[in-house]
Amino acid sequence: MIPDLIVESLAPLLKSSVLTIHLTCLTLAIGACLALPLALGRLSRNRWIAGFCFVYVYYFRGTPLLVQIFLIYYGLPQIGLTFSAYVSALLSLSLNTAAYTAEIIRGGIQAVPAGEIESASAMGMKRRQVLYRIILPQMVGFALPAYGNEIILQIKATSLASTITLMDLTGMARTLAADTYAPLEIFSVAGVIYLVMVFSTSKCVTWMEKRWTVYRS
Amino acid sequence: MQTKQAPADEPAQVELRDIWKRFGANEVLKGVSLKAYNHDVISIIGSSGSGKSTLLRCINLLEVPDKGSIYINREPIQMIHAKDGRRIPSERSQVIRLRTRVSMVFQNFNLWSHMTVLQNLTEAPIRVQKRPRNEAIEYAEYLLHKVGIAEKRDDYPAKLSGGQQQRVAIARALAVMPQVLLLDEITSALDPELVGEVLNVIRDLAKEGRTMMIVTHEMKFAKEVSSHVIFLNEGVIHEEGTPQKIFESPVTERLRTFLSSV
Repeated sequence: MIPDLIVESLAPLLKSSVLTIHLTCLTLAIGACLALPLALGRLSRNRWIAGFCFVYVYYFRGTPLLVQIFLIYYGLPQIGLTFSAYVSALLSLSLNTAAYTAEIIRGGIQAVPAGEIESASAMGMKRRQVLYRIILPQMVGFALPAYGNEIILQIKATSLASTITLMDLTGMARTLAADTYAPLEIFSVAGVIYLVMVFSTSKCVTWMEKRWTVYRS
Repeated sequence: MQTKQAPADEPAQVELRDIWKRFGANEVLKGVSLKAYNHDVISIIGSSGSGKSTLLRCINLLEVPDKGSIYINREPIQMIHAKDGRRIPSERSQVIRLRTRVSMVFQNFNLWSHMTVLQNLTEAPIRVQKRPRNEAIEYAEYLLHKVGIAEKRDDYPAKLSGGQQQRVAIARALAVMPQVLLLDEITSALDPELVGEVLNVIRDLAKEGRTMMIVTHEMKFAKEVSSHVIFLNEGVIHEEGTPQKIFESPVTERLRTFLSSV
């Protein structure tokens, strides 16, 4: 172990972590926006909508993320759809997390007591009002623990973007390791940075869950 | 206590005509008709599975009858057959409008657990009836005071006892200023020592002349508050009349057996 190398590599690795955080946040946000309609579609009484959403979720959960990334980055240009490495990573990571998040949301919706939904419609609320005022606020409480896990998985999944030339934390670590012939030091530092990100995320989610579900105690 | 005799020109608050309802092969209601006038307190009694709750749930369209018509204050509820053969209300907007006129209290309270007691009471007035917020809060506070639970206004339902939750649920149903209150076995899920506090609230409402339809297993209570009692048996009204008549001189064998079994 060379202590100097660890100190020197810290600055570029931290700098590249910005892209990791950026990819994580942006893809989670896009994914969540897609996930809500997907989850509602899964619960839809319309067979075509439910079927489409089922197939979507099944595909993205059933194939490796790396294959999905390669398909978009290397595969799509073959039919004339060329995306930059950044857009390919963004697209595949977003579509992938959307599938998992949709299942988490669906579970959260199904955990809302049926009686509370019934009393809401018995009080004259429209379907949309029941959804926004009764179902979704409680869904968040039920879904947060599982979603916290999804955030952590997503932080780590962004490392696959390095395989298509992006200089995220893992990408930078690979480059530095190749330059310095000191993969032990470099990847250890990278690992610690990931750990810090994951740890603070899970603390944050636990805190949010407690705040959101004060009504349960 | 009010009598069943109403002036001829007064419209029934709720009228059911020949209501039929089946679940799968099980014919639950087989042609039930009834009228509830202003200030009536109608109790519906009968053994479990006799269709009491289903009948009540048809009134606010939580269940849609397969046959028969429903009038709320003379206004008929429009129903059509959907593509799959089920009968559905033709206008959801009408159902939504009528539901605040006929509001329901459930066996399991069904309070919205993520809202405080006060929010439970103001939600429908503000969101459904579009009443001004401060007006809704003021009326909610009045109702909470009335059901004896004013000090719990900012608590969440999980903090309350079953009896307290049910009193909040009654206040919530009153918050939309309904013409008729439907009570579906509201004491069945309560510990015995909590039943009294809930029934007292209903007693007060009956004294005020509130129109109510009550499905209950509490025979003493039904006898005391009702103006009219309906004995439902195997999906039909087997016997009905004043509480004195039903409880003290039942005519049919079936009703006698039922009363002696509870």
